[in-house]
Amino acid sequence: MDVLALQERILAEVSAAGDAGALEAVRVAALGKKGSVTEALKRLGGMTPEERRERGPALNALKAAVAGAIESRRGALEAAALDARLATEAVDVTLPIRPERRGHIHPLTRTMENIAAIFGGMGFSRAEGPDVEDDWHNFTALNFPPDHPAREMQDTFFLDKAAGRLLRTHTSPVQIRHMQERQPPFRVISLGRTYRCDSDATHSPMFHQVEALYVDKGVHMGHLKGCLARFLAAYFGVEEVPMRLRPSFFPFVEPGAEVDIRVPGADRWLEVLGCGMVHPNVLKNCGIDPDQWQGFALGAGLERLTMLKLGISDLRPMFASDPRWLAHYGEVA
Amino acid sequence: MKLPLTWLSRHLDTRADAGAIADRLTALGLEVEGVHDLAAVYAPFRVVAVEAARAHPQADRLQICTVREADGQTHEVVCGAPNARAGMRAVFAPEGAALPGTGAVLKKAKIRGVESRGMLVSLAEMGLSDEAEGIIEAPESAALGTPLVEALGLPAGPVLDIALTPNRGDAACARGVARDLAAAGLGSLKPLSDDAPVPAAVPETAVKVVVEDADACPLFLAREIRGVRNGPSPEWLKALIEAAGGRSVSALVDITNFLTLDRGRPLHAYDAGALCGDTLTVRAAQARETIEALDGRTYATSGGEVVIADAAGPVALAGLIGGVRTGCTEGTTRVVLEAAVFAPAAVARAGRALGVESEARYRFERGVDAQATAAGMEAATRLILEICGGQAGPVVAAGAPPPPPPPVRFDPAFADALLGLVVDPARQADILRALGFSAEGGRATPPSWRHDIHGPADLAEEIARIVGLDAIPVTDLPRAHLTAAHQKSRAVAARGALVARGCDEAVTLSFMDGRAAPRFGPVIDAMRLENPIAGDLDTLRPSALPHLLAAAAASARRGHPDVALAEVGPAFTGGAPGEQEAVAACVRAGAATPRHWAQPARAPDAFDAKADVLAVLEALGVRAEAAQVSPGAPSDAYHPGRSGALKQGARTLAHFGEIHPALAAEIGLRGPAAMAEVFVDRVPAPRAKKGPPPPLTLPELQPVTRDFAFVVGADVETARLVRAVAGADRLVAAVAVFDVYAGLEGGTQKSVALAVTLQPRGKEALTEEALAAVSDKIVSAAAKATGAALRA
Repeated sequence: MDVLALQERILAEVSAAGDAGALEAVRVAALGKKGSVTEALKRLGGMTPEERRERGPALNALKAAVAGAIESRRGALEAAALDARLATEAVDVTLPIRPERRGHIHPLTRTMENIAAIFGGMGFSRAEGPDVEDDWHNFTALNFPPDHPAREMQDTFFLDKAAGRLLRTHTSPVQIRHMQERQPPFRVISLGRTYRCDSDATHSPMFHQVEALYVDKGVHMGHLKGCLARFLAAYFGVEEVPMRLRPSFFPFVEPGAEVDIRVPGADRWLEVLGCGMVHPNVLKNCGIDPDQWQGFALGAGLERLTMLKLGISDLRPMFASDPRWLAHYGEVA
Repeated sequence: MKLPLTWLSRHLDTRADAGAIADRLTALGLEVEGVHDLAAVYAPFRVVAVEAARAHPQADRLQICTVREADGQTHEVVCGAPNARAGMRAVFAPEGAALPGTGAVLKKAKIRGVESRGMLVSLAEMGLSDEAEGIIEAPESAALGTPLVEALGLPAGPVLDIALTPNRGDAACARGVARDLAAAGLGSLKPLSDDAPVPAAVPETAVKVVVEDADACPLFLAREIRGVRNGPSPEWLKALIEAAGGRSVSALVDITNFLTLDRGRPLHAYDAGALCGDTLTVRAAQARETIEALDGRTYATSGGEVVIADAAGPVALAGLIGGVRTGCTEGTTRVVLEAAVFAPAAVARAGRALGVESEARYRFERGVDAQATAAGMEAATRLILEICGGQAGPVVAAGAPPPPPPPVRFDPAFADALLGLVVDPARQADILRALGFSAEGGRATPPSWRHDIHGPADLAEEIARIVGLDAIPVTDLPRAHLTAAHQKSRAVAARGALVARGCDEAVTLSFMDGRAAPRFGPVIDAMRLENPIAGDLDTLRPSALPHLLAAAAASARRGHPDVALAEVGPAFTGGAPGEQEAVAACVRAGAATPRHWAQPARAPDAFDAKADVLAVLEALGVRAEAAQVSPGAPSDAYHPGRSGALKQGARTLAHFGEIHPALAAEIGLRGPAAMAEVFVDRVPAPRAKKGPPPPLTLPELQPVTRDFAFVVGADVETARLVRAVAGADRLVAAVAVFDVYAGLEGGTQKSVALAVTLQPRGKEALTEEALAAVSDKIVSAAAKATGAALRA
């Protein structure tokens, strides 16, 4: 039989094979033990060398062409079968996903961690102290004279007034505890809950403060300003926050100052911080020689700093735990 | 403190305007919170003539008034005041004006069909009175267009609102403020000319003075003035008192108040005719003495407060307030004037105990200028003679002024070092002298009015105040010689684990309702606040759960029941420092998984809470296997059969479980809720790692998994079975519980199906024999530990 005609017939059968079974039947009929191509090749053995030389290559080319056509048809059929299966497997990807909860970090916590990181970059490590304090750590050691009006300004919660047990009114007792236990130099910050008997849109009976303390030789008020400038710029994420120090009074610092800033976009000064050089009496009370060591301290209310960033003016929702508020103002972890 | 500029200018010669003065005061540490000017506030409101008033056609009580302004313009306004009538002079508020009393901005309005442009105003609408009794009647003589301030004789001109710090009692008066401004170069201080002794016009003062406690009252001066006529104050005095926010009472009272605000020298005037006996005694009060005071309140002493008494009892609370019985009235003709020095602590204690707020208390508890006591007496005497007439007697005295503040070390180099600013020593001395110090030879003596100067740091502050804190250059911190520990705090780790598991972090109050607290943990008396801000916030919380549960209930009431809330904060065990621990708590309520097309809805259960606990513990470095679960309610807040604790040895690291249904009902939480508490401080710190972790060697061969279905007693803890299987052979790498069926043998037995992963070590694959041997070991270990048998 004419090789070309054979090839044409087989290739036509390959093309016509509609599934893997039909294709296999075509393969067996052509390339199987008794297949037409196999048979034709077998016949080469009975030929003369001249005939073989003439027919051999043509028959081998036929075999290769048939095998190639079958393979490529097989691939095409498999691909079509897969396509057909995948078509049946389609889902509506516009359906919603299985619900997953996204938790949120409270904005106050975010502020605290942010501030801890900023001060960490300036070499301040973190110190902690108890929420329940005694009168000595909260007031006396911080140079609040007994019966002084400054004590009354703090609206203290008492657990036992006679015994001097109270809820700390500021984070400053942490610096006392820190200084009692070690000698300078040190840089520490404390962040935490503080309590005063006061409640309205801008006061909560519980609130949070940060306090930073740096004691070393030769620390001066210029360093305090440097530290403030760097902290405020980093916290508000700007190159420089305009700030103004006003002399003020806190018993535990001398000189003492309040810090007003202009937050980006604000048209007036806002009071955000208190600070000053650690009062010599405070150092003495903690067993540190004020003739050798100097230091600065600064403290701020974290609610205020947070509210400035969030652009809110009522702090009560901060402690009301409404999940909608937490999700809106909180940060996805 | 409200200080009218007119008052300040009695003491300060300056060309600076109110704005410049306010800025400088703030820079000096006398913070000006605002500059108010009534003339500016009331500028839109002017006198008009009511030309006609006719009844409103639609309303009985309203009239339509025609008013004429100074420029001849007329308006029709609807007015409901009964006193509105034709021919009167009234005060008109034009459209667009903001009413100071209400804050409302006037708009053109139609009132019962009649258009009204502007309005005739009352004192209440002007914020000048609490009662609305008709519209303001301006004097007949007032010219049209006269500003309200002028028509009513209100104090005009800027008033500084100064927030004083407690250390600056000396600045609580016009003279004190003027002194600071003069020292700062913003004008010059006018000399006083009224404090020389007034010669006695009558030979004696008919009272004797006895001071029983010289510590509480080092100096007490008294003087009688006879033949006075008490009446209204002259206009200038009245205007000053009112501009400062006070109320003019009568000349005698106003004069004493004037000296308080002018010099910081509190005085008191007794009606000598009302005094019983001839002796004023300064003594400690006995318990339950009462005094009806000039503020209209009656105070009862608890004993020990310093009082001034006559033969009939207390006539004044020393340094706080005088009594009504001996107060000056219109009929007073003889006064006894008191000028005294009371110890700050004594005044502060009594003031706080009795709850008296007064100008005198404010100054005495911050310390007055004792050296100026007599001068104040003389200045007041002069004013009384000038305004009320009369003849002054001699001053009788008990005690002596306490010694002035002692000198302190003055070292210009110290101030430079503290401030980080070089200020020439001569300039420093000049500054101190300008503030009234004497400064020479390394010492500076504070003026008698300053009680806040105790050392060189205080002098440095004075220098800084005057030079200005702005002058101090911003200086970078030196490099830290200590590197801050950058370890992640445990609170951060615990919080992160809960938030990662979908909890919204909350921050809730540290105190709670003492009645509800014991359910959540032990509460002792020491945890109760003596002065809670509210009855339901009176006890330190023994747990962080209660507020989270309340928040979940509140959210459900608002229509958002599905919540997961977490908090890392303190829980208290007592009322002394240190009796607290950090807790990471969370509450899941509503649906753990809501209704959804791909999975069934379910409520949160104990295993959600257990997962929370394990996630936190793992974040804190505790491996889940290292903790044992101990079933049973950790507190009355938990469901007794669906809760437990995680322990490491004897140490309880965490509680978890479902809420007790009774508690849920109590707080109005519908459906089950899961909750957990991890006691962060109790978790042992992971051992500090030295060097890198050991090298990782991964097994070369694949693991093999075999399933076992055991039947055990219904009350056998599954964890015991799992532990036994896990420990049966070295090859057991993991045990998973993939099925539990509890209803065997009438509920006395349960089936627990385990998938056990066997991990061959080394290079040798597991043979069938080896697998069979391990299986046998597993079965016998399970049987030994729990009586388990393989399910047939």
